[in-house]
Amino acid sequence: MFEDLTLLQLQQFWWIIISLLGGLFAFIMFVQGGQTLLGRISKGDETYKTMLINSLGRKWELGFTTLVLFGGALFAAFPLFYSTSFGGAYWVWMAILFCFIIQAVSYEYRKKPNNFLGKKVYEAFLFINGSLGVILLGVAIATFFSGSSFSVDENNFSHWHNSLRGLESLFSIFNLSLGIALFFLVRILGALYFINNIDNDTIRFRAIKSIKIDMPIFLIFFLVFLFLLFTKTGFAYDENLSIYVQKYKYLINFLEMPFVLGMFITGILMVIVAVFLTIHFKKTCCIKTGGLGVVLTVKALFLNVGLNNTSYYPSTYDLQSSLTIINSSGSHYTLTVMSYTALMVPFVLGYIFYVWYQMDKVKITKEEIEDPHAHNY
Amino acid sequence: MEEHLVDWSRAQFALTAIYHWLFVPLTLGLGFIIAIMETIYVKTGDEFWKKTTKFWMTLFAINFAIGVATGIIMEFEFGTNWANYSWFVGDIFGAPLAVEGILAFFMESTFFAVMFFGWDKVSKGFHLLSTWLVAIGSNLSALWILVANGWMQYPVGMKFNPDTVRNEMDNFWDVLFSPVAISKFLHTITSGYVVASLFVVGISAWYLLKRREIEFAKKSIIVAASFGLITSIFITITGDESAHQVALKQPVKLAAMEGLYEGRTEAGIVAIGVLNPKKTLTNDEEPFLFEIEAPYALSLLGYHDINAFVPGLKDLVYGNEKYNIESAQSKMDKGKIAINALKEYKKAKKINDIENIRKYQEILEKNMKYFGYGHLKKPEDIIPPIPLTFYTFHLMVALGSWFLVLFALLLFFTLKREILNHKWLLISTVTSIPLGYIASEAGWIVAEVGRQPWAIQDLMPVGIALTDISTSNVKTTFFMFLFLFTALLIAEIKIMIGQIKIGPEGGH
Repeated sequence: MFEDLTLLQLQQFWWIIISLLGGLFAFIMFVQGGQTLLGRISKGDETYKTMLINSLGRKWELGFTTLVLFGGALFAAFPLFYSTSFGGAYWVWMAILFCFIIQAVSYEYRKKPNNFLGKKVYEAFLFINGSLGVILLGVAIATFFSGSSFSVDENNFSHWHNSLRGLESLFSIFNLSLGIALFFLVRILGALYFINNIDNDTIRFRAIKSIKIDMPIFLIFFLVFLFLLFTKTGFAYDENLSIYVQKYKYLINFLEMPFVLGMFITGILMVIVAVFLTIHFKKTCCIKTGGLGVVLTVKALFLNVGLNNTSYYPSTYDLQSSLTIINSSGSHYTLTVMSYTALMVPFVLGYIFYVWYQMDKVKITKEEIEDPHAHNY
Repeated sequence: MEEHLVDWSRAQFALTAIYHWLFVPLTLGLGFIIAIMETIYVKTGDEFWKKTTKFWMTLFAINFAIGVATGIIMEFEFGTNWANYSWFVGDIFGAPLAVEGILAFFMESTFFAVMFFGWDKVSKGFHLLSTWLVAIGSNLSALWILVANGWMQYPVGMKFNPDTVRNEMDNFWDVLFSPVAISKFLHTITSGYVVASLFVVGISAWYLLKRREIEFAKKSIIVAASFGLITSIFITITGDESAHQVALKQPVKLAAMEGLYEGRTEAGIVAIGVLNPKKTLTNDEEPFLFEIEAPYALSLLGYHDINAFVPGLKDLVYGNEKYNIESAQSKMDKGKIAINALKEYKKAKKINDIENIRKYQEILEKNMKYFGYGHLKKPEDIIPPIPLTFYTFHLMVALGSWFLVLFALLLFFTLKREILNHKWLLISTVTSIPLGYIASEAGWIVAEVGRQPWAIQDLMPVGIALTDISTSNVKTTFFMFLFLFTALLIAEIKIMIGQIKIGPEGGH
């Protein structure tokens, strides 16, 4: 089946999968968003904080796993990106990894007796993961549009040409605007998740209040990002795979791929609708609408930067070193093998949803958290 | 590349791998031990087994969290520190990692939540299934990463593409079912089962020494010692197969493991020995200051034939015509021809010189097997650090033998209801917990140090696999990892001890 596809079709198929994973990862980062809301929603009340942490603690591993799969899929499908970006933007990726390392132990260790670092340190770890980790991820993704300073030699070995090794991307308003917008977006998702997952009026009230503050800030940064994106010069390639700069490339991409534009607009509208229904009609199920909206929006952004003859990882140092889905992918055979493996994805998503449904049909309550026999974080 | 970059990059990878490997073996084995205990609970309905399962699950979770924390860096480090490697073999190596993510990690992380929080939310059967799926998921993830590692030790199922300058997979099944990968997988996961069994019997023995949780401890010992005994027997079989594969595919590693300088037929294994530090490849010093040898055993172990010739380091470096062993220098010459042919091929390709394209492609294909040797500076570079490889191998084998005896004794005396009378055995069992970790880490050192200087056997030495980055960056991250992982390890041990002191009656 997949072996009959052309290499280009497989490359496009895998970019679509990467885009979906990117979207799913952005959605699952409601865990990170929720981690930054612990103080604001609990207001120092230990029981509330425990409820919030237990609510997130049953999901954090899915986010972690999605990040690992995102990396693994990039390694296998687009290994030249893997070697160029991870090896090149060394400090950005290392900083992101450190932010995730400290998350992994914090849930389990925070309240355990004799935990060496103390409760507050583990809570600080969760905050750093939810704030710095998310902003850095947003900045790293923004470089897919804005480019980085690298070259690729004739052996396809990569070289980075800025001694800050990726930290230079933090000095760009364009990159930062996406990083900060993503930060506020995942906070909104975190609040929507709490409203859905915890059966407690005070928590729901405070979560709604939090959305009211975060939504306008998110919109400001997201609109700045969109304005800069649609007015900026992009990186395209012609039929000889020669890279050139093109004005309004990303706006043109949306216009030339109306399906992707439709996905993008639908996604944004779903987030807005989810927030509106939560605030004005006190709906508790809007994490589903908002979450799907985020998946669609982020997926559309990835599709925009990877398809329609676009360089998804442009080089500002040597234009012809820019990475495209054509010059950076795995071989036809490997992409075919991987595509068969990807057939398992619907099955995996199926059991995740089933388990999620089974575990969440009874909402978290104060009584459950205060039960001395429960396994709580 | 800067001087010392390769040392710091290797040090960082070794550091993160050693830390990660402190936690993985326990996860691999304890998952199954817990699943067995929960199965007994579901079968008998006895609340005692539920409490027992929950206690070991608490310790499992503490260990699992730090295993995940130290694991994420392992995947991304290939890109951050071994960028050239990532391109050169990413087409093959990346696939098992991605499959690992899809098939194994999601299984672990999804059902982990049910295992810990689902006691009153899902049915008993579904909960039990989840516990088994977490154990299976963690072992499945070990399969894929060890397939990837096995491929680095014995690259198969691929072809070099001079246009992309990388190796491309042409047979996934050869990669998956490579004999090195399979024996590595079986040997590694069984070592995890032994570590987990030692962990459970060790903690249980501590309770017995303190004369508390007697019933809990005895029953835990019966389950874990049985599991440990069976897997210890299995580990000797998988160890034998691993050594056989090393003999066939990585003879230099085998010679280093045994400190064998001169090749021999009817070669014996050094059961106990002290290496002579003055011994070099070219002098006449004795290789050992002291040794006790088991005759014929190395020929038998390595080649399943007591008369087989086992090449020594000298044969492998300088060649041995009688046994048709090519010298490293000859391989280096061929490697240089391959590297040069690639350059000429590229030049010809630029000007579309069809004749030369074909000519150099043929030369390249003929010599590609030795491509990595072309980067070596001298023939002796093919030898890994001998003392480290030798001692870790022997330590692993000696400790593994002791564990087998220990499990048998524990099972015997516990079933005879005499275990409380044998204080020496209980003390030995407690002290064997760290010994299990030492044996396990030693095994990794044999596997990874023993294959130096190769990142990919014969194709890419570590010095070429690196990211082009200044050493100071890697030095800084090395110390950051050292600091953070050490702090987390201290936290883990303190929490673990705290929970053990609380015991099954109070731990959740």
